[in-house]
Amino acid sequence: MDKFVRKEGLVAPLDRSNVDTDAIIPKQFLKSIKRTGFGPNLFDEWRYLDRGEPDSDNTGRPLNAEFVLNRQRYEGATVMLARENFGCGSSREHAPWALLQFGIQTIIATSFADIFYNNSLKNGLLLITLDAATIDQLFRETESQEGYRLAVDLEHQSVTTPSGESFSFEIDPHRKHCMMNGLDDIGLTLAHADQIKTFEAAHRARQPWLFG
Amino acid sequence: MAGKTLYDKLWESHLVRSETDGTAMIYIDRHLVHEVTSPQAYEGLKLAGRPVWRTDSVVATADHNTPTRNWHLGLDGITDQVSRLQVETLDKNINEFKAKVYFPFLDKRQGIVHVIGPENGATLPGMTVVCGDSHTSTHGAFAALAFGIGTSEVEHVLATQCMVIKKSKAMQIVVDGDLGLGVTAKDVALAIIGQIGTAGGTGHAVEFAGSAIRSLSMEGRMTLCNMAIEAGARAGMVAVDQKTIDYVQGRMFSPTGATWDQAVTYWRTLTSDADAQFDQVVRLRAEDIVPQVTWGTSPEMVAGVDAQVPDPEKESNPVKREGYARALQYMNLSAGTALTDIQIDKVFIGSCTNSRIEDLRAAAAVARGRKVAANILQALVVPGSGLVKAQAEEEGLDQIFKAAGFEWREPGCSMCLGMNEDQLSPGERCASTSNRNFEGRQGAGGRTHLVSPAMAAAAAVTGHFIDVRQLPVLEA
Ligand code: SF4
Repeated sequence: MDKFVRKEGLVAPLDRSNVDTDAIIPKQFLKSIKRTGFGPNLFDEWRYLDRGEPDSDNTGRPLNAEFVLNRQRYEGATVMLARENFGCGSSREHAPWALLQFGIQTIIATSFADIFYNNSLKNGLLLITLDAATIDQLFRETESQEGYRLAVDLEHQSVTTPSGESFSFEIDPHRKHCMMNGLDDIGLTLAHADQIKTFEAAHRARQPWLFG
Repeated sequence: MAGKTLYDKLWESHLVRSETDGTAMIYIDRHLVHEVTSPQAYEGLKLAGRPVWRTDSVVATADHNTPTRNWHLGLDGITDQVSRLQVETLDKNINEFKAKVYFPFLDKRQGIVHVIGPENGATLPGMTVVCGDSHTSTHGAFAALAFGIGTSEVEHVLATQCMVIKKSKAMQIVVDGDLGLGVTAKDVALAIIGQIGTAGGTGHAVEFAGSAIRSLSMEGRMTLCNMAIEAGARAGMVAVDQKTIDYVQGRMFSPTGATWDQAVTYWRTLTSDADAQFDQVVRLRAEDIVPQVTWGTSPEMVAGVDAQVPDPEKESNPVKREGYARALQYMNLSAGTALTDIQIDKVFIGSCTNSRIEDLRAAAAVARGRKVAANILQALVVPGSGLVKAQAEEEGLDQIFKAAGFEWREPGCSMCLGMNEDQLSPGERCASTSNRNFEGRQGAGGRTHLVSPAMAAAAAVTGHFIDVRQLPVLEA
């Protein structure tokens, strides 16, 4: 997974509470054999006016012009603003995959659902929780200022607005370490590769029939 | 100090490292791979540029999506394009990432992943075995530590050969005494689940012990361990004895010569010490177990074939009462109905629980000289693997089934989960030898009753549930 130290990007406001994983990526896309390719179907039922199917071409589909991510001023957004309980619903890892593959790197909201939080950080998608008043302020500024960008500094745990105002956020030190160093679970285990190899050699000597 | 359980021994012999909070890194010897839970794992490896840590640990097959007929059409026989792509993707991934062995769709050794491991000697005593499938507990019959894992963990094991987990508690389920004639491992499994419930084994690794367990064949032990997951336990296991060693000898990947002798010496240590302590012990008497039939939508909703559908009103626990009532409604059954009065529409003999040669022999013994009843719309026999199918045909079992009006199919998971075209239609009632009777498991709206292979065959030839012990064995 990509390292996350400091990122800065255009903000898109998704002004809804309880955005569930079914909305983020509808169930028909779970039949896919891939871990990639979910970006075009992120928020499929909200973004398009017709029903999407896995493995079909999305380019000619009728867009819902009302939906925030379809508005030109938010094109290329990497930061998403949201309200409370974002990511509730199923445990599908496809939800953070879809967000990341669409280009979202950070979501700032009042609160997140548990499993979604874990899944996201495992995949390098930074979720930041701020208080409701701050979220209100960020929504107002994003909507009133075209091209509104936020600087997200994971190292110093801060979010900075274009006017230089800064808000700090909390994150578990272990998760912060993993994200800053681009370590996923596999990366963490592989940090002990020498120990695995040592064990493996001894195991092979004891039970040679398990190998080959 | 107390002695060690079999689980302790398996755990300790695979412990790579452990943290102070109890999180441990466990080395994995065998990784069984199938088409449904592996594609994203392989793609993850590709994206991260990571190789498979040890390709000779991987044994792969396609089983969930594959059709059970029209094999002469090849891949074109897979009519659902999404399913076909999953099967083709496994071909591609194994080709690229390699494996110790791959039994692809149409191969003569292809079959359900939990059947092909043991029958090819790819599952050996003392191993740690994982697979992206919850019924991996099956392999515990060989005194192996075996459990199902999710897709992210599949990728983790492919990349690191390790799993990061915490140790479970140890539970011992002791079944002593003699099983009656016509009472099988499946009945023992269902009776255990009926007693401890589907959450009874949660957080535990279960060891099955006692004279009735020792009397089971290796195939019977596989059936039992297969359903440990239905009792909530991630792993089930049985200690090594002479039957274990006899079963393993001479199989495709079993050790030979001096290595064999060395292995057997080690395998004989794979039993719980006499003074080992378990966190929990459950006891059943073999004599109390009769052929079982589930009546609800959870494997714990089970009773002896001589019983009636229970009355939810008599259940004091309100959550259970509610669950029973909902189950009866889904199953379209009323309280007090004798299980033997339940008419069925379809019969499925197969799945990783009951599709091995002894299962087919038991079903054929009932089907011989009889005909599938007129009210049965379909009676399927789906062998667990190509090898099982060949063996059954050599013994003429296919002829017995066909003469009785059963369909004799190609191996795979088939109607166990209906991912291919073998499914129940809404409202249809099935006597099934599989392991899950959840709502819609065998097809949307379908109603599943779990039974042993002999009981399924008996239901097929009478059209309703019946105590198989009342049907005399006929000559052909
Ligand atoms: S037979 Fe059924 S339970 Fe067994 S692996 Fe196949 S789908 Fe799963």
